[in-house]
Amino acid sequence: MTRIDKTLTALTRPALVTFITAGDPNHDQSLSVLKALPDAGADIIELGMPFTDPMADGPVIDLASQRALKGGANMIKTLDMVREFRTGNDNTPIILMGYINPIHAYGIEKFCKDAQNAGVDGLIIVDLPPEESSELETAAKDTNLNLIRLVTPTTDKARLDKLLRGASGFLYYVSITGVTGSKKADLSSITPHIAAIKKQSNMPVAIGFGIKTPEDAAQMGAIGDAVVVGSSIVQTIADNGNDPKLAEKVSTQVKALSDALKA
Amino acid sequence: MTVKNKANSFKNQPDDKGHFGAYGGRYVAETLMPLILSVEQAWNEAKADPAFWEEFEDLAKHYIGRPSPLYFAKRLTEELGGAKIYFKRDELNHTGAHKINHCIGQVLLAKRMGKTRIIAETGAGQHGVATATVCALFDIPCTVFMGATDIERQAPNVFRMKLLGADIRPVTSGSGTLKDAMNDAMRDWVTNVHDTYYLIGTVAGPHPFPAMIRDFQSVIGTELREQMMEREGRLPDTLVACIGGGSNALGLMHPFLDDPEVNLIGVEAGGMGTDTDQHAASLTGGTPGILHGMQSYFLQDADGQITEAHSISAGLDYPGIGPEHAWLFDQKRVQYVSVTDDEALSAFQTCAKFEGILPALEPAHALAHVIKIAGDYDKDHILVMNLCGRGDKDIFTIAEKLGVEI
Repeated sequence: MTRIDKTLTALTRPALVTFITAGDPNHDQSLSVLKALPDAGADIIELGMPFTDPMADGPVIDLASQRALKGGANMIKTLDMVREFRTGNDNTPIILMGYINPIHAYGIEKFCKDAQNAGVDGLIIVDLPPEESSELETAAKDTNLNLIRLVTPTTDKARLDKLLRGASGFLYYVSITGVTGSKKADLSSITPHIAAIKKQSNMPVAIGFGIKTPEDAAQMGAIGDAVVVGSSIVQTIADNGNDPKLAEKVSTQVKALSDALKA
Repeated sequence: MTVKNKANSFKNQPDDKGHFGAYGGRYVAETLMPLILSVEQAWNEAKADPAFWEEFEDLAKHYIGRPSPLYFAKRLTEELGGAKIYFKRDELNHTGAHKINHCIGQVLLAKRMGKTRIIAETGAGQHGVATATVCALFDIPCTVFMGATDIERQAPNVFRMKLLGADIRPVTSGSGTLKDAMNDAMRDWVTNVHDTYYLIGTVAGPHPFPAMIRDFQSVIGTELREQMMEREGRLPDTLVACIGGGSNALGLMHPFLDDPEVNLIGVEAGGMGTDTDQHAASLTGGTPGILHGMQSYFLQDADGQITEAHSISAGLDYPGIGPEHAWLFDQKRVQYVSVTDDEALSAFQTCAKFEGILPALEPAHALAHVIKIAGDYDKDHILVMNLCGRGDKDIFTIAEKLGVEI
């Protein structure tokens, strides 16, 4: 069992998954936010691997990548950040999320080994459909990293079967057709789809994209096992990047999201 | 099908998963996968449907104006004193470049798939103009993503697209050029996946686009083969074409891949020189990577971050290249070279002076290489350059470079 499996098994309420981009706006500020997230109520952390061309992301997370890269971020520093986080926290799962090219440049096998050693628990690679993922699937399995698959409003039953092969940890339900930070999904349109997914698989389902406020989180928490909040947290980082109280500000926001899921 | 078209052929790529050797593939967000698979299925059906090709050929002839002439550049040949130089004149197509070939093909496919909205990215604006044109022809709403930098240097094409009814979306992310326009087009597509067809403008992107666009552009090389047999009674010795993503080059060369006696040369944009960081030569100066749905060669740093391309020519200003070119590069079937901004500019002037043709800055790169090598050959060596676009759109850029105010 990975930390992800343990966390999701132990919880009796929906889990809060929070996303930040590694190194945004610089290593130290980003690390201070990362370290503060568990106490603020994040059950699982998604750490974005900066990439110049994040095609599945809206402007908020795109700009976070550009800030991080400008601040000197790269894959080695992202893994360093996880290592530093693990010196004070051995429980909260960390998932690296991003695009395949920086991993390809690092070397897929070496990347999985180094990520596992640093204390990473899972991977979400948005531009790597099952058709292209056999090498990463093998490397992730060998290093006991969960490979988390994205399921979307365009996923039908046959496609879901394909996605489920090689999936582990949980299923990430992209609740809208669109990029991150778009407007929230209409609950009535996704509820039947989530139910259908649950029938086909007993893996936990996290719902993401477009979830910004505690109210959004509570609403989506009612139909999913976890909710993912990204752009609205990243926006707080964008607005307060150099503020020495950045971690505190993000914590206040995350606590409100967490409280909404505990209610 | 000839024997050559079997195992030892260079023409049997990609495989059924869209891979050209290690390159190509389908690296897209899961939301898009069902659509990508349905484009592939629709393309496979269309490809096998004679009625589809009948409509394509009818429009190619009467709307585009195909076949494009094969022109013997007599004065240039005499001036360079070597190879016998021909131009394949795809700049005489309707809309002024080869881009219209795959736009007609793809709009027919989009219509067949029942799509009601078309999006496209554009660099020089040639593909955007061609897309806006076919959308007007078929009465389909059209949105074109164009980098803000390119909008500035290609003002005439921007206005042409607007006249044709297209909605232009300026892209300010990154360097505001073709790569960034492609990112935003992908973002739009993932958002409007249900009704929208992404009319990709070169032999790039996820499978089946590289192979499909190549097949539409192969009309260039197929015509050339026939025209050359008629004119000279034999195949040409050397073919030269410029490469950004590589659609005109592949269209010219693909029908000749299995003729080992035909020497094939692709010319990348060397910008300020491939020994600087200001160029767009992905094969000469790049490494294998994954972007925009495909594995290919890209300009990138050791961390896998894509670096900015530079070229005087907006149409070549892209940090990647189509996956089939990456494969042909590794196979060494096509030789890839580069020429600089200054060499292209000088070739542009030579072409105007000796042949009375203003080439686009893209084929001016191909011509610059022709000028370099023509003298090395005998007079019976037949060299064909794809004159894939006309230069009217570039006169402002050229004026600025020459220090002229117009």
